[in-house]
Amino acid sequence: MTEALHWIGGGLVVIGSLLTLFGAVGVLRFPDVYTRIHAASLTDTGGATLALLGLGLISGLTPETLKLAFIWAFVMLTTPAAANALANAAYGSGHKPRIGAFQIIPSDAPRETDPEDADRSSSQ
Amino acid sequence: MTGFAVEMSAALNVVLLLMLVAIGLAVAHTRNLLTAILLMSVYSLVSAAWLMVMDAADVAFTEAVVGAGASTIILLGAILLTRGATARVDWRAMVAPALLAVITGGLLIYASLGLPEFGDPSSPANAYVGRMYLERTGEEVGPHNVVTAVLASYRGFDTLGETVVIFAAGLGVALMLGFGPRATLAPAPEKMGDHHVVLRVAAKMLIPLITLYAFYVQFHGDLGAGGAFQAGVILAVAVILYGLVFGLRETIAAVPVKAARSVAALGVMLYAGIGVICMVNGGAFLDYDYLFSPQVEAMIPANLLGDPHEEHHWGQHFGILFVELGVLLTVSSTIVTIFYGFAGRSIDAEEAKR
Amino acid sequence: MLLAAGTAGLLVAMVLMIARAVMGPSQYDRILAANSFGTKTVLLLAVIGYLFGRPHFLDVALVYALINFVVTIALMKFFRYRSLAQPLTASAGERAPHD
Repeated sequence: MTEALHWIGGGLVVIGSLLTLFGAVGVLRFPDVYTRIHAASLTDTGGATLALLGLGLISGLTPETLKLAFIWAFVMLTTPAAANALANAAYGSGHKPRIGAFQIIPSDAPRETDPEDADRSSSQ
Repeated sequence: MTGFAVEMSAALNVVLLLMLVAIGLAVAHTRNLLTAILLMSVYSLVSAAWLMVMDAADVAFTEAVVGAGASTIILLGAILLTRGATARVDWRAMVAPALLAVITGGLLIYASLGLPEFGDPSSPANAYVGRMYLERTGEEVGPHNVVTAVLASYRGFDTLGETVVIFAAGLGVALMLGFGPRATLAPAPEKMGDHHVVLRVAAKMLIPLITLYAFYVQFHGDLGAGGAFQAGVILAVAVILYGLVFGLRETIAAVPVKAARSVAALGVMLYAGIGVICMVNGGAFLDYDYLFSPQVEAMIPANLLGDPHEEHHWGQHFGILFVELGVLLTVSSTIVTIFYGFAGRSIDAEEAKR
Repeated sequence: MLLAAGTAGLLVAMVLMIARAVMGPSQYDRILAANSFGTKTVLLLAVIGYLFGRPHFLDVALVYALINFVVTIALMKFFRYRSLAQPLTASAGERAPHD
């Protein structure tokens, strides 16, 4: 029984880590900051849930399981909140979402540098 | 550890160290100081993970909370008061520093060849005083984390020195930047906009949990990884998070400037006071075996910690507890004071501009 | 064995995150990469804790999760509002959006 739980737990850890890996590829490949935030936060919470669940199955009912549950709770609370705050701040500072098929980059595509950096260096 | 785990840990070492090199190069390359701070925070996370793989849990803990957490926030506060990018430097001016760096690095690599193997039991660090600590902690101090026993008991005097250094660093920052904003802060608007409502709710849920976790690290540090330094920083980070989300004015209302600096002094006083009490009772400075006079020790119930038949070192037990409390007070309130100094100074600078 | 595979996957994801943090292009991309890197480090520590049979790794993983959030908020607030002291409200210390 524990042997089976170990295998299932290990499998869940692998699936969770694969999910984070896909998310990382998304963060690297997606065209603008909002899609990247989407990729990162979604797969981070999903991957964390799967991986921590897997570790919980491996450890069984021990004090460590409680710590895993706490880590899960913290990740589930902080990752979406941080993603929301980031997207909020990015939108507020003038990053426009890139709309449409992302292979076609319009000539008036958003500036690739942070507008705040630009006006900061000009003010000094 | 099995052979597979050893191989795995060697592979992890290589990958994490390569990551450190990559981040270091990126930090050296960027001219935007903010990017450099951000990358240094990631650098601290990686090096803490690497220390964890080397099984140095207490060091990794410190690196995570101080390197990735507190120092990043303090550096951001410093950037607020200066400029955000480094000037372009002529390459001729860089020749001499580069040469110096290469020579120093080469000497360090050469010196590292003479270091003992990792985990070598017969190396000087492990053979003499280190082995003594490991063998005697159980009978002399009690069932503590050996790291805690060494830091708080065997080398309590060193740790007192470190606590004083942190206190002095806080004082130094306060002397330059002030203890907080000089101008009276404008009250927050009546109606908080719902711009960052998710963040505010999440922060409200997190701050009590962070505080609770700080106390877990404080008291569990006797037995496991962590201790008063780390707990102090975590506690300060909870206050800083409150400041970041709800503003400096609200934070100062919750943790007054005067309270922060008084508590910092109180912590050092508590630590040194414990040492003096030991001297009064006839021992050496910070010799916790003399913390309680025999009459007081007789009054401690034998079953205070459960098993009455086990031999307890009450002096060591309570000495370490009080000393760690002193460190917690000093570290947490010093970091809060430094945060107040930087944040308050930036507000004063904005006021002066108007 | 499965845990080792999970560790390897997380390490690759971390390397990709470093690439994004170095490349940018905007500061928000960098903060995002740092935050996501932190979450992956938390998972990495939890997994290698079980791989090496050292459960005290979990304490450190827990503290990473907390510190990571606070640092992300501090960086976000700094880049957006150029302040560490103002409250995060709609009206205080906010710049007009760039249009």
